[in-house]
Amino acid sequence: MSGPGEASGSERIAAAFTAARADGGRAALMPYLMAGYPDLDTSREIARAYVEGGADLIELGIPFSDPLADGPVIHAADVAALAAGATVTDALGVVRAVDDGVPVVIMCYANLILARGLERFADLLADVGASGLIVPDLPLEEAPATRAALDARGLALVPLAAPTTPDQRLARIGASARGFVYTVSVTGTTGERDANDETLPEMLRRVRAHTDLPVAAGFGIGTPAQAAAAARAGADGVIIGSRLVRAAGETASPSRALRALVGEFAAALAS
Amino acid sequence: MTTGVEHRFGPYGGQYVPETLMPALTELEQAWLEAREDPEFQARLGQLLHGYVGRPSPLYLAERISAQVGHPVYLKREDLNHTGAHKINNALGQALLAKRMGKRRIVAETGAGQHGVASATACALLDLDCVVHMGTEDIRRQQPNVQRMELLGATVVPVEAGARTLKEAVSAAIRDWVTNVADTHYILGTAAGPAPYPAIVRDLQRVIGDEARAQVLEQAGRLPERVIACVGGGSNAIGIFTPFVADRGVQLIGVEPAGEGIETGRHGAPLTVGGPGGRAGILHGAYSAIMQDEDGQILEAHSVSAGLDYPGSGPEHAWLRDQGRAIYTAITDRQALDAFARVARLEGIIPALESAHALAWLFTSPSSELDIVCLSGRGDKDLAEAIAKL
Repeated sequence: MSGPGEASGSERIAAAFTAARADGGRAALMPYLMAGYPDLDTSREIARAYVEGGADLIELGIPFSDPLADGPVIHAADVAALAAGATVTDALGVVRAVDDGVPVVIMCYANLILARGLERFADLLADVGASGLIVPDLPLEEAPATRAALDARGLALVPLAAPTTPDQRLARIGASARGFVYTVSVTGTTGERDANDETLPEMLRRVRAHTDLPVAAGFGIGTPAQAAAAARAGADGVIIGSRLVRAAGETASPSRALRALVGEFAAALAS
Repeated sequence: MTTGVEHRFGPYGGQYVPETLMPALTELEQAWLEAREDPEFQARLGQLLHGYVGRPSPLYLAERISAQVGHPVYLKREDLNHTGAHKINNALGQALLAKRMGKRRIVAETGAGQHGVASATACALLDLDCVVHMGTEDIRRQQPNVQRMELLGATVVPVEAGARTLKEAVSAAIRDWVTNVADTHYILGTAAGPAPYPAIVRDLQRVIGDEARAQVLEQAGRLPERVIACVGGGSNAIGIFTPFVADRGVQLIGVEPAGEGIETGRHGAPLTVGGPGGRAGILHGAYSAIMQDEDGQILEAHSVSAGLDYPGSGPEHAWLRDQGRAIYTAITDRQALDAFARVARLEGIIPALESAHALAWLFTSPSSELDIVCLSGRGDKDLAEAIAKL
């Protein structure tokens, strides 16, 4: 819980984007990991490896049984993390492994929040030191109570904008956004694609027209070259998910491999 | 839009879906509002329901069942519809709607295969592409329906995730829709999911109850004491209940699958277990009675009947329950199998294992003056599975 004199979660998110921008005008790197995957200890190591590899922010997924917005790689990681016994409390606890300088934004499906009770869930986010929350199945219409609960604790409810979102709706999303706007760069679920969607620059331009907050791009960005292209297309931040989760499942010592991999994405954004 | 369809039934319902789908849900709601009021659309749907589906389906006085339970029992014969179940009422309506919206590709989920067959049938008739997601466990136990869908030109996509049944098939269909939303309409088969689906499916299935109410008044000269229907997601139940909701003297009984027994946890009966005002949750885009653990992880359902093997329920059912307007109860696999065999011999009608749950409840609770049971589908698809277990 942020006390007097401490930066709120929303302020920490803003500072991370500002610091990246001040560092040669680059976009912020936000790698995603699944808490509890392949197991809790390893996921804590992976989170630290992300920091060492150059993450500016971290997106931490809480495993859920029915992740509708996720493609096969992250879905499989959800299933594996739950099979390994990860509870919601354990998963949120992974935030504590991350250095204070790097804000952690939680990605969590709506039913896990509801099951605990919104106020208790928000308290827990504050307790573990999370900075914000992304709920992929909580569109604008269903979000006001959650946003208010997070606002009261200085935490950011980060909305998503999709390629299918019309301008009028983008305006409402932008007006209610906290932290940054998560721009879904493809029409579809999470998962690596061969190339960025050709509409991404236009999509980022449309989102930016409706918010003063940073605009981050995610979904489908799987290579350093795609990350650099998303940044050139106007993203203030780039989120890398399935590529890293896949690597976490493929190697015997994921933290070392992921430190190197995140380092490659960081280098691509720095150049 | 000036008036919409219901997004909430009491506290239940809503639209808990990825942002990518929100514009499609808005478009769908608008299209349905227009189609529902359009005489041309209604005439076309009415023609097909009559000439192609074979509606109205008979309300049949089952004399030998009646003799056994000691009061008149009428069966609403949705099993006599083309494709053998009530699912065609909704699939045909939504396929017509998709065509009207200019969507060329249909995606659907299926459990027992009845909704998949109905969707494949409607798509063949209306010349639309059809992709049906189906769990591999259901593909195993409902093989004839898989062959039927493929013969009708649909692509059946096996779903390997989780328990490989209806829940995962719905998730896979939603993911497909998220990815292909520009040219695709999702024909959700039950009265669940995000708004406007529960209302659209109810509107398209209420023909069951509209007919049954008029038929029972004509044949028996009175309203029934009870209307009994099985509930998985709850589309045949909401269809037959809706016209009777205002008839306060008519009891509405929804029968969920108790599977191996409620106490074993291996069931599919969230409305029964939660009880009025019980803990609810979000599954597949709606807030309703669901099966979940303390953390809010969705639990796997179990039922011998693939069509009821689902851990969620339609939001309008949860609201009917909380208001005390409908009662939800559950029947085990064994009871359903017994009713399946019993009705075959008593009436020469092989009911779907889903519908057998409603019939089994009738046999356990025979005290009534006059009942209507929704015989939602025929049981040919269940023969291999049921005979192995009988």
